Amino acid sequence: MYEFEFARPETVADALQALGEEDAQALGGGQTLIPTLKQRLAMPTTLVSLGGIAEIKGVCQTDDGKLAIGGGTTHADVAAGASAYPALAALAGQIGDPAVRNRGTIGGSLANNDPAACYPAAALASGATIVTNAREIAADDYFQGMFTTALEEGEIITEVRFPVPEAANYQKFLQPASRFAMVGVFVAKFADGVRVAVTGASEEGVFRWTEAEAALSANFSADAITGLSVAEDGMIGDIHGTKAYRAHLVGVMTKRAVTAAG
Amino acid sequence: MPKDIDAKESGIGAATKRREDIRFLTGTGNYTDDINVNGQAYVHFLRSDVAHGRITSLDTSAAAAMPGVLRVFTGADFEGIGGLPCGWQVTDRFGEVMQEPAHPVLAQGKVRHVGDPIAAVVAESAELARDAAEAIELEIDELPAVIDMKAALQDGAPKVHDDLTSNLCYDWGFVEENKEAVAKAFDAAAHVTTLELVNNRLVANPMEPRVAVGDFNRATGESTLYTTSQNPHVIRLLMGAFVLGIPEHKLRVVAPDVGGGFGSKIFHYAEEAFCTFAAKALNRAVKWTSSRSEAFMSDAHGRDHVTKIELALDADNNFTALRTETYANMGAYLSTFAPSVPTWLHGTLMAGNYKTPLIYVNVKAVFTNTVPVDAYRGAGRPEATFQLERVIDKAARELDVDPIALRRQNFVTEFPYATPVAVEYDTGDYVATMDKLEEIADVAGFAARRAESEKSGKLRGLGVNCYIEACGIAPSNLVGQLGARAGLYESATVRVNATGGIVVMTGSHSHGQGHETSFPQVISEMIGIPEDMVEIEHGDTNNAPMGMGTYGSRSLAVGGSAMVRATEKIINKAKKIAAHLMEAADADIELKDGKFSVAGTDKSVAWGDVTLAAYVPHNYPLEEIEPGLEETAFYDPANFTYPAGAYACEVEVDPDTGKVTIERFAAADDFGNVVNPMIVDGQVHGGLGQGIGQALLEGCVYDEDGQLLSASFMDYAMPRADDVPFYQVDHSCQTPCTHNPLGVKGCGEAGAIGSPPAVVNAVVDALRSAGKNVTHIDMPLTPARVWAAMQG
Repeated sequence: MYEFEFARPETVADALQALGEEDAQALGGGQTLIPTLKQRLAMPTTLVSLGGIAEIKGVCQTDDGKLAIGGGTTHADVAAGASAYPALAALAGQIGDPAVRNRGTIGGSLANNDPAACYPAAALASGATIVTNAREIAADDYFQGMFTTALEEGEIITEVRFPVPEAANYQKFLQPASRFAMVGVFVAKFADGVRVAVTGASEEGVFRWTEAEAALSANFSADAITGLSVAEDGMIGDIHGTKAYRAHLVGVMTKRAVTAAG
Repeated sequence: MPKDIDAKESGIGAATKRREDIRFLTGTGNYTDDINVNGQAYVHFLRSDVAHGRITSLDTSAAAAMPGVLRVFTGADFEGIGGLPCGWQVTDRFGEVMQEPAHPVLAQGKVRHVGDPIAAVVAESAELARDAAEAIELEIDELPAVIDMKAALQDGAPKVHDDLTSNLCYDWGFVEENKEAVAKAFDAAAHVTTLELVNNRLVANPMEPRVAVGDFNRATGESTLYTTSQNPHVIRLLMGAFVLGIPEHKLRVVAPDVGGGFGSKIFHYAEEAFCTFAAKALNRAVKWTSSRSEAFMSDAHGRDHVTKIELALDADNNFTALRTETYANMGAYLSTFAPSVPTWLHGTLMAGNYKTPLIYVNVKAVFTNTVPVDAYRGAGRPEATFQLERVIDKAARELDVDPIALRRQNFVTEFPYATPVAVEYDTGDYVATMDKLEEIADVAGFAARRAESEKSGKLRGLGVNCYIEACGIAPSNLVGQLGARAGLYESATVRVNATGGIVVMTGSHSHGQGHETSFPQVISEMIGIPEDMVEIEHGDTNNAPMGMGTYGSRSLAVGGSAMVRATEKIINKAKKIAAHLMEAADADIELKDGKFSVAGTDKSVAWGDVTLAAYVPHNYPLEEIEPGLEETAFYDPANFTYPAGAYACEVEVDPDTGKVTIERFAAADDFGNVVNPMIVDGQVHGGLGQGIGQALLEGCVYDEDGQLLSASFMDYAMPRADDVPFYQVDHSCQTPCTHNPLGVKGCGEAGAIGSPPAVVNAVVDALRSAGKNVTHIDMPLTPARVWAAMQG
């Protein structure tokens, strides 16, 4: 990696100030950024670690029954602490390996918005609210394509607020090498309808499968989506699977998530 | 656990725990990257990011002026210096020698694959060297790349090497004289089964990437290379004699603890020559540590064959002839032993375990703009086994006969057996290994297990295959006739110390095989002293006698045999000393349990008494023998060894996703005698893991421009612990090798050779059980490929 300065503020305010410097870069758990730096694909002047900010860590329930997770909370802490939302805890417990889960953070994952990451599917399917130092952003407005989000330069995810559905499940089909999601489908059933979010499959990053949502809102069973399919066009095609294969897997994983959600 | 484990507490046959693992597992191993020479500098290589191009401009002046830079080297610094040599010359079917291009240490005018080194920056730190490398001004006029082998052989295809007549390295026919007879047998056949397949390109990916540290002693004029090698003496000879012109007595090569090789650390690489050369030029030690990214584009790759195989059968389903046509990728340059892999390590094994009377093998070796391809665990033999065992399985399907029965019917049953492809199997019992396999794999219970899988919506398949390999490489006179530019004997020096402890310096090399444990077991057995009185040293050309190293499952069969021969000399001499001490005749001395006794008497002297007398010769037959107790032996085998076995794989296929899981895997191997059954189990387990990796996961993929798409572990899938099942491994069928003193055959490569066809056979069987007319799927059998095959 190239040389950079390193800052480890203890408050959000100090972090924002540090990020105000030209070419400063926020560092969450570093599970994407550190390898990127090692490959010399990024050249920040200052790396601002968010790991020392206690106020953006932890899991709690809000008064209105939502699950609030600090942006700096590790996957391992979500897996252990999000028992109020078992499908979310299970998702967190299946990200990467123990080393990744003990370093990587929910805020880091959502800010990066890797098209094969798990958390974006949970946030979008749950209709979560992404809370930053400046504002609250609905998940539907937040994800704007591969590695692209509504975040402004220097904006920090302080919290993610998840409405807790009546039933939910995440099914991930692993890309054999990276073990990221080749296709991951998060299904969340709320009183007012079902939301289905798909990660890993699309060239546009995480997306909602609205056709399946409508069918499942009417009949929450795997049979309801028999015959439905996402279009191959716009799916990712690479050495691990064709567009057609990914489109097919979206249906399979959705059915499995519905069945598992019960 | 096989029955033979725990049969003995020490010596040959005992499951002694691996002593070297204590240091490996506690972080106290001494790997090449742990070696730091006082004042060492670091090199960073600027590598080509295009597959094929002409260097039109290379300006290193800005880089040379960067902080901490000692010097920037380019191809111009190596003009007049030898290129990397190829250690094997193949003669083609027309009697012409292969086309052999130059292989410069740093690119001379052209780059020929992504990763080809162009310039080398030596600086005070690795980071400074890398910084400076970015300041090199390089212009490359990109040329069209040739990636596909058949396209590379078409008229007008871009040439990888301008000075060669084409991209064809050689067109090899074996046995050429049989070609017409084979064709006639096909004309007369009752049935012909044809299969076209790909043996996928692999990257070995040992846990430890390659490292080289070059050093130069101005006082003595001696160069030292510390390197991650499986064969330090071979590197000393190749680099010293052919690249840098350093005689052996001025060149020391040390390969200390090496973290896995799998073939990829046999070869002499440019980085080794560079570090040795630069250390002398700069009078500073120079170190290079490969990153994993560099390893993907600079370590020799493995396999990469495209094959058409045809099997002829008579009306009774006897194999009557076999014919193959293979395109073998050499990559951009000839790596050290590359030409031998698709020829003599492949064609000679095409008979397999079967008495097919007529065989013709054709291999076209092709240059492409890809990383050089060379031996990888099994080397040629997995490619032979895969195509043979796949075509037999396909024939059984076409003829609607049991695949096991078809194999049994055609087994070689009488030994020695001379194959139509120039080798002679000394021993074997293929019926016994198949019987054992059917037992440990519980083939009889498969139908019930399939029914259980089907209840849960899964398809279950059983795949069985046999394999044979030629190991213990190899008789020097034979390989010399076949084009090897080296001998393939092995050496050992057995040094007995005054108080009885022993140090063995072996020319073979351990990079995971457990020699430090298994070799002492042999000496313990021969002399009757505890194993821990024996230490094994290897890897330093200043200590061990000239040896050829470890590959081709040869260490125990060849290196162990050399050690046995040297130990026999030790025992003979020790008996003479003992006879003198006891005033008896030499012929009456017996050695048992570390004690010399006079036959028919109660007189005895201990091992330690004799060894002490050898070094304190107060009462000693000086007129007959010299003091001291140290012997060296060189052993050149009379033949290859022929381990063989039968493997069974059971898979479940998820019909919705195409995902394959291996539910059971059984291996019945005949390795001849076994010195340490636990180490043998481990070797088989590791080989099976790599074979399953090839079958299901690993695939090295280039795009049409020659960019490596699988350039990291994000896209190149290595097998992980949960990808493999618990294995049923058995090596109780033992037909000892007839021509080496230990009766051993070698076990290091078997798992990787024998397992890929079992996996593919099993998946095809599973899909056919669901009525899918699938005859073949190319490896790796990723979920996407299996699903696509099911869609028809």
